[in-house]
Amino acid sequence: MLLSIELALILEKLALIVVVVMSSLLIAMYATFAERKVAAIMQDRRGPNRAGPFGILQPVADGLKLFFKEEIIPNLSSKFLFILGPCLAMLTAMMTGAVIPWGDKVHFFDRDIPLQIADINIGILYVFGVVSMGVYGIMIGSWASNNKFSLMGGLRAASQIISYELAMGISLIALLMTTGTLSLKEIVEQQQESWYSWNIIKQPLGFLIFLICAFAECNRTPFDLPEAENELIGGYHTEYSSMKLGFFLFAEYINMFLSSAVMVSLFFGGYDIPFLNDAAFAEKIGINWMALLHAGMFLLKAASFLFLFMWVRWTIPRFRYDQLMNLGWKVLIPLALINMLVTGAFILLQQNNWHF
Amino acid sequence: MRSLSKAQIITYMQALTNRAKQVERKPMTLLERAYLPAIFKGMAITFGHMFKKRPTINYPEVKRPFSPVFRGLHILNRDEEGRENCTACGLCAVACPAEAITMEAAERKAGEENLYREEKYAAKYEINMLRCIFCGLCEEACPKDAIYLSETFAPANFQRKGFIYGKDDLLIPNPITEPEAFAEARGNRAQVAR
Amino acid sequence: MSITEILFWFLSVLAVGGAMLLVASKNPVHSILYLIITFFAVSGHYILLNAQFLAIVNIIVYAGAIMVLFLFVVMLMNLNADSEPPQKNRLLLYSGTIAGCCLLLVLVAALKQSSTTSQLVEMGGGDAGLIKNLGMALFSDYVFPFEISSVLFLSAMIGAVVISKKEA
Repeated sequence: MLLSIELALILEKLALIVVVVMSSLLIAMYATFAERKVAAIMQDRRGPNRAGPFGILQPVADGLKLFFKEEIIPNLSSKFLFILGPCLAMLTAMMTGAVIPWGDKVHFFDRDIPLQIADINIGILYVFGVVSMGVYGIMIGSWASNNKFSLMGGLRAASQIISYELAMGISLIALLMTTGTLSLKEIVEQQQESWYSWNIIKQPLGFLIFLICAFAECNRTPFDLPEAENELIGGYHTEYSSMKLGFFLFAEYINMFLSSAVMVSLFFGGYDIPFLNDAAFAEKIGINWMALLHAGMFLLKAASFLFLFMWVRWTIPRFRYDQLMNLGWKVLIPLALINMLVTGAFILLQQNNWHF
Repeated sequence: MRSLSKAQIITYMQALTNRAKQVERKPMTLLERAYLPAIFKGMAITFGHMFKKRPTINYPEVKRPFSPVFRGLHILNRDEEGRENCTACGLCAVACPAEAITMEAAERKAGEENLYREEKYAAKYEINMLRCIFCGLCEEACPKDAIYLSETFAPANFQRKGFIYGKDDLLIPNPITEPEAFAEARGNRAQVAR
Repeated sequence: MSITEILFWFLSVLAVGGAMLLVASKNPVHSILYLIITFFAVSGHYILLNAQFLAIVNIIVYAGAIMVLFLFVVMLMNLNADSEPPQKNRLLLYSGTIAGCCLLLVLVAALKQSSTTSQLVEMGGGDAGLIKNLGMALFSDYVFPFEISSVLFLSAMIGAVVISKKEA
C-alpha cells in the first residue's frame, strides 16, 4: 500500500508542520509584544512591563483578554461568512510557511529530514498564490459585517493588495531570471557560498520594491489604509470582537513574520551564516547542531526584518489613498519593469560573453 | 471680494514680531521627491530615540518626590506628648473658601489631659475632599499649628462618602506609641508643636 | 480505491457542486464564493495531473485576481436579489432551458465518443505541465501564438487606460 510505505514520511512531515505552525504562532505572539515594546522605546516610554518579569507574559494576558470578551455577531450580517472571514485570514497567513526552508536538514533515526515542509518546484508561485488569497479573508469579513466602514476598509484592502501584487511579481521576475529556478530551496542553496552571493547584491532595486510591496501586502504602516482608524473607525474589523478580532490582528503578525521569512530566503541567503564555511563547520559539530545554528540564523534574520517593520511603523505616517495608488502604479511598477529589462539585458550579455 | 496673494497679505498685515517666517512653496527637488532620503532621516531620528533616557518612572515601586511646597492631604497634628493640638476654634472653617471643613467642639473632661492639649477640643472634625481646593488657607489660619497640608494626595474611592475624611483619617499617628508612623506622616516639613 | 482516485472524486464533486451552487444561489456574493471553490477544485485536478504550474497560475490569476475584482464590483454596487427585476419573459426562460439541454446533450455525446474515459488520474506521470517543459513549449513550438496573445493583452491594457482617461 502507498500509505504504509510513506508512513514515516507522513509522520515526519506532520511533526514538521506542527513545529512550524506552533513556532510561527509563538513568534507572532511575541511580535505583538515586541511591537509594543519597540513603540514604547522609540517614543521614550517603557512599554508593557507588569505581566511577568519584563512583561514577557503580556501576550498571554492579551490573548486571555480577547478570549473572555463578548462574542458579538451583528444582527443583519451573514453569520457564516462573518465567521469565515477571520478564519480565512488566519489560514492563508499560516499557509505560506509550508514552502520556506527553515534550515538545511537534520539527521534522526537514520533519516535525513529536510527542514522544509514541502519543496515544490514552484515555491515562489505558491507563496504568491497564498498571498493573493489573503485578501479574501478581509473582503469576506468586511462584507459580511454589513457596515459601510467595514466595507470601505475591505475594498481598500482589495485594491491595495491587487495593485501592489503586480509590482511585487515583476520585481520577483527579475530575481527569478538571475536564479533560474522557482524553488525556494534551490534559491537558498545558490546563496550559500558567502555573503556576496546573496541575491541582495544582485538585485538591490528588486529587493527595495519587494520590501515596499511586502509592507503594502501586510497592511502595515505606511500602507495601513484598510484599517485607518481615524477615517474608518476600525476598517474591516470594525464589527469584530473577541477572538475573531484577535484572529485578524494575529494574522497580520503572522503575515509579517512569514513575509520576513520569504524576504530572508529570497534576498538574504536564507539560513546561510555569513563569514563561516558552513560545510567545514558542520563536520566539526555534526549535522544536527548545524541545522539548529542555521535555523537560529534564519530566525535572527527574520527577526531583524520584523524589527524593520516595526521601526517603519513607528516612524512614517500613513499615505493618503491617491498617494498610495500613485506610488504603486506610477512609481513601483515602472521601476520594477526597468529593473526587469536591465536584468534581462545583463543576463543576455553575460551569456554572450559581454559582446553585443 | 478682492483676492490677495500671499505676499500681499503679509505686507498688509502689520507684523507684531519679527519671528514670522514665510512658508516656502518651491517645487520639490528630485531628491525630495524621491522620498526615500526623508524616510531614512525620519528612521534615524526614531532609532536615536531608542537610546535616550526615558522620563517615565515605574510608579508604585519608584515614586517621584513631591515639591517642597506641595499642598496635599490634610493632617491634624499632635504635640510631642501625643496630645491633639486642635482646640476647635473654627478659624480654619471660616478661612476655607470652599467651605469644606465642619467641626463640633466639646469640652475636655478631667482625666483627658493626655489626649487633648487645650480645654476645648474637636469632637468631630470633617473635611470634604471633593470640595477642598487644597489652597492651604486653613493651615495659615490655624493659631495652634493643628492642621497642615501633607505631601500626599487623596486616593481614589468608589463612593462620594469615602471622600469625607473624619478625625480617624486625618489625625496623625501618636508619636509616643507609633513613632515611625508619626515620622512618616509628618514628612520633612511640618514642625511638631512646641 | 487508491488515494488519488478518492481525491479525484472528491474534487470532481466539489467542482460540479460549486458550479451548480454558483448558478443556483440568489446572492451574487455567494455565487462568487462558490465560483472560487470551483476554481480551487479545478486547480486540485491540475495538481493530480502533475501540472503544478497551471494549478498555481489558475489560483493566482483567476481565484486571486479576477475573482477579487468581481467581488469588488459586486460589493461596491451592493447587488442582491432585491435589486434584480423579476424575470417575466417566459420565452427567454424556455429558450434558455432548451439551449442548456442541447449543450448537455452535446457534452454527453462527446464524452461517450472519447476513448480516454478509462484513465481518470495521471498521478506522478506526465510532465507536460511542469514549468520547465511548459516554458520550453511556449517559447519554442508555440512562440508565435504566445506573442500574439501578449499583443492582445497589451492592446487590452491600452484600451483600459484609454477608457479610464475618457471618464476623467
